[in-house]
Amino acid sequence: MIFLALMLGTGLTVMAAFYDFPGPLNVVVALTIAVVKATLVVLFFMHVRYSGRLIWLVIFAALFWLGIMFALTISDYWTRTWMMPLGS
Amino acid sequence: MAEGLATTHEHPAHHAALQHHFENMEQQREAGTLGMWVFLVTEIMFFGGMFLAYTLYRYQYPVAFATASNHLDIRLGAINTGVLIVSSFTMAMAVYTTQIGKRKGAILCLILTMILGATFLGIKAVEYHDKYRDHLIPGRLIPGNPFNPDVHALHLPVGVPVGNVELFYWIYFAMTGMHALHMIIGLGLMTWLTIKTWRGRFGPEYFAPVEVSGLYWHFVDIIWIFLFPLLYLLGRHLEGHIR
Repeated sequence: MIFLALMLGTGLTVMAAFYDFPGPLNVVVALTIAVVKATLVVLFFMHVRYSGRLIWLVIFAALFWLGIMFALTISDYWTRTWMMPLGS
Repeated sequence: MAEGLATTHEHPAHHAALQHHFENMEQQREAGTLGMWVFLVTEIMFFGGMFLAYTLYRYQYPVAFATASNHLDIRLGAINTGVLIVSSFTMAMAVYTTQIGKRKGAILCLILTMILGATFLGIKAVEYHDKYRDHLIPGRLIPGNPFNPDVHALHLPVGVPVGNVELFYWIYFAMTGMHALHMIIGLGLMTWLTIKTWRGRFGPEYFAPVEVSGLYWHFVDIIWIFLFPLLYLLGRHLEGHIR
C-alpha cells in the first residue's frame, strides 16, 4: 500500500513538473509531493508511527533546528536587496 | 521497565547478543534505535546545509539553474527514484522477515535490496558519464576536460554567465555524490548483514542491526526523494520560456 502510494507520488511529481502552474506553484507542488512521500517513508518504513515519544522528540528537534537554519539564512538573503535604493 | 529499580532480578538465560550494560533485549533495542535516530539527525543537518546552498543559489540565479537542470536526464532520474523506492520496500521486508524468523526470506530481501542499490549506482554512473562526455564536470576536476557547456547541447540563454550554470553542476555533483557515497556504505552494511543472517545470528529476539541498517537505508531514500524533484524537475515547466 505504502509502496504503491510512493510510486504513485513519483509518477505524479514527474507529470506535474511538465505542467506550467502559475507563479511559484510548481515548486510548491513538487515539494508538497516530496514531503508527503518522505512522511510516508518515515512513519511506516521507519516504524516511527509505532515508536515511542523519545524518537518523535528527536525528529521534531531535528526539523526545528533545520527550520531555524533555513529561516534565518533565507531571511538574510531575501531582505538584502531591500536597502539598495537607499544605498545607491 | 515494568519491574522498576527494586528487587532482586534473577538472571534468566541471556541472549548471547545482550550487552552487559542493558537490562534486557528490549531495552537494548530501544537504545540502539534511538542512537541511530540521533545519528540520522546529524545526517539531516549535514545534507540540510547542501539543500540550503541549493535553495539560495536557485533563488539568486533562477534562469541559469533551470537551464542546467533541464539538461539532466529526467527519464533516468525517474527510473532511479522508482528503483530506490522498491529497494526501500525490500529493505522493510528484510526487517520484517527477520523479525518473524524467516532466515531465507530475509537473505532474499537483503540480496534484492543490494541488487537494486547497485542498479541505482549503475544508472547514476551512466548519468555521470553523460556529463563527462558533454563537458559538464565543473571546474577542472578532469584534466583536459574542463567545464564547457558550449561543446555539447547546452545552449546558454542570453545574459546568463557560464559560471552560474557551472554552479548548478557543482551542487549537483556534491549532492548526488554524497548521496551515492551513502548508498555505497549502505551496500557494505548489507553485505555484512547478509553474512550474519546466513550464519543465523539474527532472529525474532535479536534483529536490531537489521532494523537500524534499515533506518539508514530509508534515510538515504528520503534524501533522494527530495533530490529528484529539486535537481531534475524544477525548471522543466520553463523549458518553453527560456531563450
